[in-house]
Amino acid sequence: MKTRSRDAQRPDCARSVCPYCAVGCGQLVYHRDGKVTSIEGDPESPINAGTLCPKGSASKELVTHEGRLIWAKVRRPGASEWERIPLEQAMDEIAERTWASRNRNWVDRDADTGERIGHTTAVAHLGGATLDNEENYLIKKLFTAGLGMVAVSNQARI
Amino acid sequence: MKNERGQRHNYVERGVTVGFLTDPTLCIGCKACEVACKEWNDVPSDGGARAAIGSRSYDHSGDLGASTWRHVKFVETETEEGLPRWLFLSDVCKHCERAGCLEACPTGAIWRTEVGSVLVDDDRCNGCGYCVVSCPFGVIDRRGRPTAEIIGSIAGTAPSSGSSEAVAGEGGAFKCTLCYDRQVEGKIPACANACPTDSIMFGPLVDLKEYAQVRVETLHQRGVTDAVLYDGQEGNVNGIHAMSVLVGGSVGDAAGDAADLWGQPSNPTAPYAYLAASWSSALLTVVLSAVACWLAFVL
Amino acid sequence: MAEAHPVGFRWVMKAKERGTKVIHVDPRFSRTSAQADLWMPIRAGGDLAFLGGLISIVLKEKAYFAEYVEAYTNAGALVHEDYQGPDDLGGLFSGWNAESYDTSTWQLERDADGVLVRDPTMEHARCVLQVLKRHFARYTPSMVEEIAGVPEQRLRAVADHLIAASGPVKTAAICYAVGWTQHSKGVQIIRAAAILQLLLGNVGRPGGGLMALRGHASIQGSTDIPTLYDILPGYLKMPRGGVGETTLDGWCATHQPRTGWWANSRRYMVSLLKAYYGEKATHANDYGFGLLPRVTKDHSHFHYWLEMADGGIEGLFLMGQNPSVGAQNGRLERKALAQLDWLVVRDLVEIESATFWKDGPEIERGELVTEDVKTEVYLLPAAAHVEKAGTFTQTQRMLQWREQAVEPRADQRSEAWFVHQLALRLQAMARAESDSSNATADRDAALLSLDWWYPEVEHGAIKGEPQTEAVLAEINGWRTVDRQAGRAAETQPGAVCALDRENHVHHGPQVAGFSELNDDGSTACGCWIYSGVYGPDGVNRAYRREPVGRYGHGWGYAWPMDRRILYNRASARPDGKPWSKGKALVWWDDSLGQWTGHDVPDFPVDKRPDTAADLNGEGVAAHPGDAPFLMQDDGLGQLFVPEGLVDGPLPTHYEPLESPLANALYAQQSDPAAGRFDRPDNLFADLGDRRFPYVLTTYRLTEHHTAGGMSRTLSRLSELQPELFVEISFELAGELQIEDGDWVTVVNLRSAVEARALVTRRMMPLRMGSQDGKPRVVHQVAMPFHWGSSGPNRGDVVNDLIPLSSEPNVSIHESKALLCDVVPGRRPGDRELLQWLEQRYPELEIARTGGVANVGHGARSASDDASEELV
Repeated sequence: MKTRSRDAQRPDCARSVCPYCAVGCGQLVYHRDGKVTSIEGDPESPINAGTLCPKGSASKELVTHEGRLIWAKVRRPGASEWERIPLEQAMDEIAERTWASRNRNWVDRDADTGERIGHTTAVAHLGGATLDNEENYLIKKLFTAGLGMVAVSNQARI
Repeated sequence: MKNERGQRHNYVERGVTVGFLTDPTLCIGCKACEVACKEWNDVPSDGGARAAIGSRSYDHSGDLGASTWRHVKFVETETEEGLPRWLFLSDVCKHCERAGCLEACPTGAIWRTEVGSVLVDDDRCNGCGYCVVSCPFGVIDRRGRPTAEIIGSIAGTAPSSGSSEAVAGEGGAFKCTLCYDRQVEGKIPACANACPTDSIMFGPLVDLKEYAQVRVETLHQRGVTDAVLYDGQEGNVNGIHAMSVLVGGSVGDAAGDAADLWGQPSNPTAPYAYLAASWSSALLTVVLSAVACWLAFVL
Repeated sequence: MAEAHPVGFRWVMKAKERGTKVIHVDPRFSRTSAQADLWMPIRAGGDLAFLGGLISIVLKEKAYFAEYVEAYTNAGALVHEDYQGPDDLGGLFSGWNAESYDTSTWQLERDADGVLVRDPTMEHARCVLQVLKRHFARYTPSMVEEIAGVPEQRLRAVADHLIAASGPVKTAAICYAVGWTQHSKGVQIIRAAAILQLLLGNVGRPGGGLMALRGHASIQGSTDIPTLYDILPGYLKMPRGGVGETTLDGWCATHQPRTGWWANSRRYMVSLLKAYYGEKATHANDYGFGLLPRVTKDHSHFHYWLEMADGGIEGLFLMGQNPSVGAQNGRLERKALAQLDWLVVRDLVEIESATFWKDGPEIERGELVTEDVKTEVYLLPAAAHVEKAGTFTQTQRMLQWREQAVEPRADQRSEAWFVHQLALRLQAMARAESDSSNATADRDAALLSLDWWYPEVEHGAIKGEPQTEAVLAEINGWRTVDRQAGRAAETQPGAVCALDRENHVHHGPQVAGFSELNDDGSTACGCWIYSGVYGPDGVNRAYRREPVGRYGHGWGYAWPMDRRILYNRASARPDGKPWSKGKALVWWDDSLGQWTGHDVPDFPVDKRPDTAADLNGEGVAAHPGDAPFLMQDDGLGQLFVPEGLVDGPLPTHYEPLESPLANALYAQQSDPAAGRFDRPDNLFADLGDRRFPYVLTTYRLTEHHTAGGMSRTLSRLSELQPELFVEISFELAGELQIEDGDWVTVVNLRSAVEARALVTRRMMPLRMGSQDGKPRVVHQVAMPFHWGSSGPNRGDVVNDLIPLSSEPNVSIHESKALLCDVVPGRRPGDRELLQWLEQRYPELEIARTGGVANVGHGARSASDDASEELV
């Protein structure tokens, strides 16, 4: 009488994970023409068995609401408004500022002992608990192992 | 009994009457049902009135209405030992066995589906509001423009404060559809699907009734002696398809105190009862008039 | 748990239906309390005394699980002769030198072979169990009542439930969240709970444990693969400057013990360096260990933020965090942003941290003037969770892969794209400089050595997105190859994403797990604890979706090696048989000659339970077959912690940094090692300051999420909780003549916030012992903290009331126990607020700390005063 739906294997359904708390509820993300049409709990997940809390249940609105940012913007020093900026230009400028601030404040060696320190504390980073592991990995690899930034922190300092 | 998530039923095909059993002893007041309902059914925001705090506890949705098809009511009370007791119950349209709204609808916009639920056909509703006054539970309502300051207009689904913008479906009558579109697809309603603790149970009505009896007995054995089943057998609706276990009333009380506490009529009576009486008296009047005329004629 | 993790609470409700007793300890009666069998109101900040009371009962009544404790913990070990505890030293442990602890007297006695000396009877006066008994003897029921406000009969009831639910046939679990961690002694509160669970035999067993309920989708992942300053992926320590960690050997001398699992540290570090620096990491150059930057002090959030406030930081990347609302002392946090030269904000919506220069409260209050704020702010739209593929690690250490459902729109991009594109640009800049000068600057050696090889994928209009499967494969680890020699045709079987952007073979097959990692450069691994998630069979285990058995194996991948319960060797008796049939998890199967069971054994699989310790062995070979805690040097659960904690080998109660009460136990008021950041814009109320008579605690609502960027912006959630409120008891409301729904202002030495009063019986005044012959009553008020100054659903920022502080072990702040005053009515408007505050509390001297007079007319360039102290 009842059949397993296996919605998860439909081409218009992606298997995802809720972006709110750390319980890690499975989500089925239904989409059509490149737009999310509905998000429900994944019934096969041993974590949530298809259920979702009010936040998880609101995930469709989270990803589709009109308040989401879609364009890169910049606020120039002293300006009172945002201005649009092409994304590539923004990336170039951010790279230039990172490069300049880091180089200007580079500590190569300890002034007293001469021991190599190889870091900068003048460029900092905050955030990570909402990002993917792969993203955090790249952040740490570039910022710390590449650029020598040590002021790297996030919400997870329990 | 359990909610069959991720499976396809064929209740529509087979004409199985389905319903809900909502159990506050399992409810954590999270309101997932309210959100899941609105997300699936694209119901606009209507709650969020500021300063609705206080005696309503964490409840900002207020009541069931045209844009609130699931509503979690919060009751703050205390135990005999003087400790807090906080009760939650998710309320919904009862899909009455004999539905006042349906019987009152002059355009035939309200109909009963294959699964026994009561559904409003938006296209045929002319917004007359007869159904609104005919619901003994105060469920169905016409969608108006909110008067209070409403939060959450950014999503484009909600009218902003004092909005002059039209609301989708404004003027028409709305209420829970028991997710009829999901029933057709064989999926359980969005609220029951989301409910993290299975406080909202969905299934064939006969199974739910059986389960409800067992549940109430189990609760009594566990010391929840004030648990009663609210199934609309009193009054004239001939039973409801969205039943609840109620707690918080007097022990041994059929459902009276508890019903009062949760704002439910203990004796749900649709106006067709009065209509029947009116028709009887009208008929009597006709008969008496006829008799009087006849007598007058004869005499 | 029902409030902030409702779906996690599903399983508590299922257990409750089957007869499990649920106890909830919380200052306020929440939605969790509503479904608990027993609610224990407690004074915020009294948790450790409460736990101490339970430990004391368990020890005094010998209710501990003796066989487990004797075999699996260091209860029988002997503590150093000169060890002294808080009872002896007025609240301090031996070794305090006015700033920090010398831990030499916390050590456990070892014999000539370095093996722990243990008294199997656990009766030696200096053995850990006896030290523990004496230590916790002071946590009597009356003391617990005095400190925590928990009456004796209720403490007793909790103890009875816990004891009854523990032992060979039953287990009890403790779940906690930031209500326990965000204290100046947060780590020691968790330690106390761990001691209780070890004593009751509830660790490593099904249904037991001490479970952190974490609050962001991948907050576990962001500690495992940290964006934190002091650790590298897999909890390897960042090298520090000035302590002899200039070379890999120097680092290993400190961080690689001879025994226990960390004996493998070198393999993991070398493999990480190979993942970071690729072929540039060679035996000859110490695998590039010298390229890593050195940590020279605490560089965590608050520490560097204070430098920022003083102009010491030029640029900041803010990626998915909104400190203007979510971080403590919001006024200071926001004003510090104005001292930056540049700021990059990446988020889903225009969060307050991106608009502080425009519409932040400080603009309204005249503390900042838009035209004078020289910070250049880039606001870049982020892709949401359905618009990119990758893994989250949830709170039980399980990685789950997300498929990408749709493309992001317009300029929305993943963080992976952003970091990748930034890396390409910066490497090109370094290369250009190095080419033009024919030499590589020392500072660019690491950047130019960085192995940034990631293949790209095209998604519709979006180009240059790195392939996240390739990153996950790197995290898993692989066998290294000679890159230049390889061509596309030579990719080895089992190597996922084996080609780099130039179509060179980049690596060999993935390793099957961390046991295959080497310290000779033949393997690379981005995070050893995740190794095994993407093995040589090419199966992305984070994306498995076929759960089997009761622990969900086959769904996702729980590190390490898909073990669902850590230290599960403890689920069997020392002889390898289950403690009981019902609680069987893994056991020794003599016929197979290996450990087997319902979970992946967290133990060398063929190590017999009766194996003797190998005195000369390294790593876990030095442990006997009945030592389940294999990460630890001795393989034992640490009731007493000789190394690793900076504020004591045992937990002991200290008052919060702001408290209405003197410490009832001894003279030492608060954790001596905790950091306070005393400065004019971060003041604390002193003990006995009657201007702040109430305890303030903060919490999350089910309907919202942290700083609100993912909830206040949504109509669905906003309408369910549309405004900030403060929960106040009937009794306090009566004293203050506040009615339900009235506006009130909650104020302390940091700021004032206004909120609606929610007068409720769910808040109860606590009766805590007596003072001057009268019962002593403490009132507590509680506030959710999700609101901020922009977006459709606005409210004051509750975190503005919380000072910056720093727990000594992990630098977390104390936000769960503070002091405040509650004033009926709304606060003065922004223009008058600062003046009003200053009049109430003259010590604030707001103008001096960056008020109107200073910044408003200063027109200073932030970078110019990098070295200048604010005066």
